[in-house]
Amino acid sequence: MRVGVVTFPGTLDDRDAARAVEYAGADAVSLWHGSDDLKHVDAVVLPGGFSYGDYLRCGAISAKAPIMKSIIIAAEHGFPVLGICNGFQVLAEAHLLPGALTRNADMHFLCTDQTLKIENNKTLWTNGFSVGQEIVIPMKNAEGNFNCDDATLNELEQEGRIIARYVGVNPNGSRADIAGITNKRGNVVGLMPHPEHAIDLLTGPSKDGLTFFTSVLNAMVK
Amino acid sequence: MALDTVTNAAATPDFVLPFEQLGLKADEYEKIKAILGRRPTGSELAMYSVMWSEHCSYKSSKVHLKQFGEKAPQSDALLVGIGENAGVVDIGQGYAVTFKAESHNHPSFVEPYQGAATGVGGIVRDILTMGARPIAIMDPLRFGKADAPDTRRVLPGVVAGIGGYGNCLGLPNIGGEIVFDETYAGNPLVNALCVGVMRHEDIKLAQAHGAGNLVVLFGAKTGGDGIGGASILASETFNTSKPTKRPAVQVGDPFAEKVLIECSLEIFAEDLVVGIQDLGAAGISCATSELASAGTGGMNVQLEKVPLRDPSLSPEEILMSESQERMCAIIEPSKLARFMAICKKWDVTATVIGEVTSGERLHITFNGELIVDVPPRTVAHDGPVLTRPMARPEYLDSLQPTVLDPVESADAIKAAILRLMASPNIADKSWVTKQYDRYVQGNSILTQPEDSGMIRIDEQTHLGVAISTDACARWSYLDPYNGVKLALLESCRNIATSGAKPLAITNCLNFGSPEDPGVMWTFAETVRGLADICLEMGLPVTGGNVSFYNQTGKVAILPTPVVGVLGVIQDVRTRTSMSYTDAGLELFQLGNTDDNFSGSEWAHLHGQMGDRAPTPDVDHETRLVKLLLEAQELFAAAHDISNGGFAATISEMVLKSEIGATIDLPAQYIPGGVTAGLFAETPGRVVVAVKSADGAALNALSTKHGIAFHKVGTTGGDSLTINGATIPLTELRAAFTETFPKLFG
Repeated sequence: MRVGVVTFPGTLDDRDAARAVEYAGADAVSLWHGSDDLKHVDAVVLPGGFSYGDYLRCGAISAKAPIMKSIIIAAEHGFPVLGICNGFQVLAEAHLLPGALTRNADMHFLCTDQTLKIENNKTLWTNGFSVGQEIVIPMKNAEGNFNCDDATLNELEQEGRIIARYVGVNPNGSRADIAGITNKRGNVVGLMPHPEHAIDLLTGPSKDGLTFFTSVLNAMVK
Repeated sequence: MALDTVTNAAATPDFVLPFEQLGLKADEYEKIKAILGRRPTGSELAMYSVMWSEHCSYKSSKVHLKQFGEKAPQSDALLVGIGENAGVVDIGQGYAVTFKAESHNHPSFVEPYQGAATGVGGIVRDILTMGARPIAIMDPLRFGKADAPDTRRVLPGVVAGIGGYGNCLGLPNIGGEIVFDETYAGNPLVNALCVGVMRHEDIKLAQAHGAGNLVVLFGAKTGGDGIGGASILASETFNTSKPTKRPAVQVGDPFAEKVLIECSLEIFAEDLVVGIQDLGAAGISCATSELASAGTGGMNVQLEKVPLRDPSLSPEEILMSESQERMCAIIEPSKLARFMAICKKWDVTATVIGEVTSGERLHITFNGELIVDVPPRTVAHDGPVLTRPMARPEYLDSLQPTVLDPVESADAIKAAILRLMASPNIADKSWVTKQYDRYVQGNSILTQPEDSGMIRIDEQTHLGVAISTDACARWSYLDPYNGVKLALLESCRNIATSGAKPLAITNCLNFGSPEDPGVMWTFAETVRGLADICLEMGLPVTGGNVSFYNQTGKVAILPTPVVGVLGVIQDVRTRTSMSYTDAGLELFQLGNTDDNFSGSEWAHLHGQMGDRAPTPDVDHETRLVKLLLEAQELFAAAHDISNGGFAATISEMVLKSEIGATIDLPAQYIPGGVTAGLFAETPGRVVVAVKSADGAALNALSTKHGIAFHKVGTTGGDSLTINGATIPLTELRAAFTETFPKLFG
């Protein structure tokens, strides 16, 4: 199993995502934003960071990168894509996922160990969880406030496409406490918190994050 | 004015340039004329003015700092010492670690966000320049009184700037300090420390060797920001009657720096540079003169080739600009194509601006006209050296002992602890630290509020490093020689409490005006103390930074020598945290308490300073470090006793653990009774939690190392109970955590 990890200029968590992929038992393959070559990977992670310095809008410039052209085409055919934090922002800007990630309600960057409740375990990236399971993974962003119009929110709720919600006090003002969503097909997932930082008790608050990466491997093997 | 060429300068010897506006003194201007044998050109004067500034030349501190060389301990660990961009130490397994702290105090007062942001950017480039991947940052900060209106302007801006820049670079922020004192009003201290790692063979130096090699400028384009930052901003006392200095503050672009880091590391990995220097204070003036001065030949630079953000900049401004995110490399011509290809991959602008020559002079031309012709050493290394007048300050003769009421009843103990834990210097700092990414890179083992920050270096062997920064400013005020010694010993204790062995130190010495003999004496005593303690502890000084002129009018800041100690831990899985996970553990205090409250937080809360710093006990501290390292596997938790005394230490432990404790301090055996037992800040003490079954083993090790060993309580429950005073954890947590949000929103 080969899982690609994309590096854009300003990507920060690419090495962390690669480590998580390898902890899960797959080979991590480095993909470069400026090439459209997916190098025959079986899935792709768009890691966190400040690609292009978050200039213009978070993820807006990266969404136009050559590698994204290939990812968009593949995703429309069911290829597994996980966008974490800035990666989620890129997926929203690329219209692979609806909505937008806006400035946190209190206007501050927030780094915290966040409790999430898993709401959908049918996606390629969440099948290892049980519905209702509470997990703790780090969150760190300044623009993680998920917003969308009422019709979109209604659709996400009706179709069960909200994969995880914040538990306790809403940390950033996200609509309906949304921490992550998926597309209709369940192959593309965007998640604001960082599962790649919760794979080992030595460096993270839990090992809960690893399940996102083992989930996609399980889905591929089946 | 037309271009002031060397020819023009020689032809107009009597024309006097406005040297005072650039921060130079009349005798310094005369010295420049003597070196050159003529008056300097405008461009030459620009270079000398920034390079001979206090900030760049260390002219007031040099005569004292040489003690670090004279008293240097024997050390096999030091690979690169003082003088380079940052010192480098050997941590074993072929790894070299570089670390250094710098101040960005004045810019952070003028423009808090950008001042703090570019402070981080500058220290990160220093570390990168050594050939290392930056792996963590820490920020020791000092502000005026917490509730002062200006602190509410400065602190949120500084914190946002550190976060905004550091987070965007992908560097975990693993610790630091936040201290409030009214002397920092108008003179906040923003120090930034960065740590980097590389293999031994990858160390790079700032040297221009090999005639014919190319001088390449890469990174951001040069703009009009930060002109004269080192000379005008960092090297003068603030004077409110003068115009604002905001144009002298640089503006940061962390995205450009992140790309520059990755680009540089890829260039280093292919071994494409002969020498490298970052552009910080004094910009191109500093980079070219230092590279040439440390090299074997001269250098020609064609200044018109420098890519500009603002085409109207004059040659003098180009030389002085402190635009951020720029580097200067020396490259063999055969490697240029590959170098340029990597820069292109990362969209980094790179331009050949000159070449190394076999001559001895630094020649800078502008459109073919010679505007600088100087011996580079006279600019970079042979700046003025001053022996400033020193005098023991008079305040030392009028110090008063503390007079504090005893705290004895259960109600009084509870009220006192809640008051202490809510006071800004002790209160929970997570309002600040939540704005910093502590997880990125995935190697953070311990981060604030732990005793030290700890980073894993190797995922296979589990080798790691720990870093702690400390300053004991009030003790330095009472006794500068011993104050800095106590800071270093505290840092070492913090490192050992986490389970690492102290290896080397860096420093950032923040003081008032060197033109004040009292400040200068305090500084000299501090350097003498630091050099002595490093020799006594066998710890090499890898480098440092001096920040003078932290004073408004006649009021100087408390002398604030920040010491950073780096330690090594062979297996990070054995680290010790300050929090425990079980009830029923036994709590012990290692080390004795005495009744000196001078300089303590408890005295500060009562508006008192006291009259004497504790006497550093190097022998005790050395044995304590040995004990901590030897007993490490027995500890379920360990936490140093420092600011706020035992009361703060145990409160921090129970709150982080979310498990209470019942404490019984044997007041009858403590000089100063329970008040001292709770609030005195006697150095050389640590609280540890161990399983009951391990108590005897710890006792035996304590006896072996001659460290006093006191049972003080047990863990469990949902309250902190001390000598009959019961404080529910919810109440303690509310007091501890509400202060910062109330103050800063």
